[in-house]
Amino acid sequence: MHERAISPAIAALRARIAQLEGDGARAREVLPFGVPSLDRKLPGGGLALGCLHEVAGGGNGAVDGAAAACFVAGIAARTQGKVLWCVAQQDLFAPGLEQAGLPPDRVIHVEAGDDKSTLACMEEGLRHGGLGAVVADIARLPMTASRRLHLAAKESGTIGLALRRWRRQAEASDFGQPTAAMTRWRISALPSRPLPVPGVGRARWLVELIRARAGESLDIELEACDGSGHLGLPADMADRPATAEGRRHNAAG
Amino acid sequence: MTAADATAQALGLRVGMPVTKAQALVPGLVIEPADPKADAESLERLALWVLQRIAPIAAVDPPDGIVIDSTGADHLHRGEAAMLDALIGRLTLSGVSARAAIADTWGAAHALARYGADPVLIAMPGDSSDMLAPLPLEALRLSPAIPAGLRDLGFARIGDLIGQPRAPLTRRFGPELCRRLDQALGTSAEPVEPLRPKDMIEARRSFAEPIAAAETIARYIGKLVATLCEALETRGLGARRLDLLCHRVDNCVETVRIGLARPVRDPQRLTRLFCDKIETIDPGLGIEVMTLAATLAEPMTERQAASSLIEAPEPDLSGLIDTLANRVGARAIYRFAPVASDVPERSARRIPALAEVTGAGWPDHWPRPSRLLPRPEPIETMALLPDHPPNWISWRGVRRRVCRADGPERIFGEWWKRDAELVAVRDYFRIEDDAGERFWIFRTGDGEDGATGSHRWFLHGVFG
Repeated sequence: MHERAISPAIAALRARIAQLEGDGARAREVLPFGVPSLDRKLPGGGLALGCLHEVAGGGNGAVDGAAAACFVAGIAARTQGKVLWCVAQQDLFAPGLEQAGLPPDRVIHVEAGDDKSTLACMEEGLRHGGLGAVVADIARLPMTASRRLHLAAKESGTIGLALRRWRRQAEASDFGQPTAAMTRWRISALPSRPLPVPGVGRARWLVELIRARAGESLDIELEACDGSGHLGLPADMADRPATAEGRRHNAAG
Repeated sequence: MTAADATAQALGLRVGMPVTKAQALVPGLVIEPADPKADAESLERLALWVLQRIAPIAAVDPPDGIVIDSTGADHLHRGEAAMLDALIGRLTLSGVSARAAIADTWGAAHALARYGADPVLIAMPGDSSDMLAPLPLEALRLSPAIPAGLRDLGFARIGDLIGQPRAPLTRRFGPELCRRLDQALGTSAEPVEPLRPKDMIEARRSFAEPIAAAETIARYIGKLVATLCEALETRGLGARRLDLLCHRVDNCVETVRIGLARPVRDPQRLTRLFCDKIETIDPGLGIEVMTLAATLAEPMTERQAASSLIEAPEPDLSGLIDTLANRVGARAIYRFAPVASDVPERSARRIPALAEVTGAGWPDHWPRPSRLLPRPEPIETMALLPDHPPNWISWRGVRRRVCRADGPERIFGEWWKRDAELVAVRDYFRIEDDAGERFWIFRTGDGEDGATGSHRWFLHGVFG
């Protein structure tokens, strides 16, 4: 991808597209994950700040949104400043968020009661500009609403994270609908890192980048956020990527 | 005797008894001389407290009551029942025993609060006349001679009067009786004139022509706010709570109340907060007077801005918090703070969003889930007692095989909170099923002694 970007024709086209998108000359800041194989695929080398991003859970996670919440908490933890987290009904467990890197002093929770108010609160937070990140648990995200959020984020430079979460598994097909989000992620839980003794090791996720504007999609197996919000590359994969898949299955069985 | 508290009444003392008789009944009785003036003053102080904390329209209902127009104020307290609970609770804490009732009219609420059976009573809209019918005639706020005269004629209850021909009653007792009856039943209006203490900062504007358009209302809100902010500035105060009262042509009052996390006197910010709420004002046939009052004002404290070259100024979030609080309610915006408790649902408390940074966290030697179910859900399991994790669990109709597990983490009941928790035990396990989903489950009881819990299994949280 990087080799192609050097070609002047492509570079000119990219500049033209950026101009059409209304980004102007301002270079967008990014928030790298610190995982080279993931950052390499993202335009700019990281998650763009001042944009809307969508995250959902895979399988049961579409309903409980637990892994997605940890993933989002990890991203929010690596930004500067306070974090606004809007939900319709509160079920976040603050000690769990702290273990994903987000201490309780940094998070302001808003319990909005319904989806419409949640979106309005998220937009208000994005427009303010003094926050590090704005997160919202939303089920339905229409195109118009997502575009409003994206514009609000772009104006202030705050990163907006829409945590998509549905009441029923069947409603999760809504995730296929187009939105104005910059990237779209799906986080599914995988069996944890095998330990030499009985017990549950560090959690692992299948991180799928389903859609990225001006980027490519990918899926990668990663270890869950540590206490500072950083994802980890599984050791077996870091050492021997080619056999990683086989090893995991052996270990799990 | 003019008043007797609950203890005195238990001793057989009644209001209206001569003091000598009371002293004869209870030797060593402590008698305080009545001081109606001090009573009235303290009632007014209480009404002011209600005005500042509960509703924008509150007034003294002498000699012993406070009347509140709760229209447009109950949603700030999450409903009428919650509002009354909070009000009575806080009065009880400060040593005032009170009775309360919500009804369609001032008259009905007055009667139900004083003569209703329940100390806290909420009459559904339209039910007032049915609920008033069995009450005695004194409940109608009449001068003492009238109920006596009515009783001579055979009227004992308010229900007996409803539906009687009005002309003979008026000829005999004067216009007061029918007026009070109409006020209680809601056929004639009785507005509540809100209490306005002397030093309250207020801006008022009356219009030659009634206004109704949203843009016009917004423009005049801007003008009122500017006037109010000037007045606040001369006194060095900032507003913590503001009430906008719109008096309509048809003698109704529409109210808007906004609360602020810190004292503010920035006209733009205040105007914006009010303009967000314009849609809740129903102008009816038009608004003729608008009043803006700073119900709660506090001295502004100036804070020093960051002056060092490298120190970045902390962004001021109070504007955002105010906007959100006026949209979803102040109680819906909070931060979590740790509580020293091992019981998961008690381990976090909510503190105001702008409270000082505590810097405290939870001990992190055990992993905690990111989502905690509102209440633990019962699951089916097959497990070896006393301390093994289950082989499988069945939650919400789905059976999962447990591949890996950690635990038990034993949590004991907090016996200093409730006697029932003296021996209670929960054993928490962190389990992972074959698909890789991780759950937080617990068994009540230690697996051996039935007194420590029922040995049933529950799912309490989901790990990421």
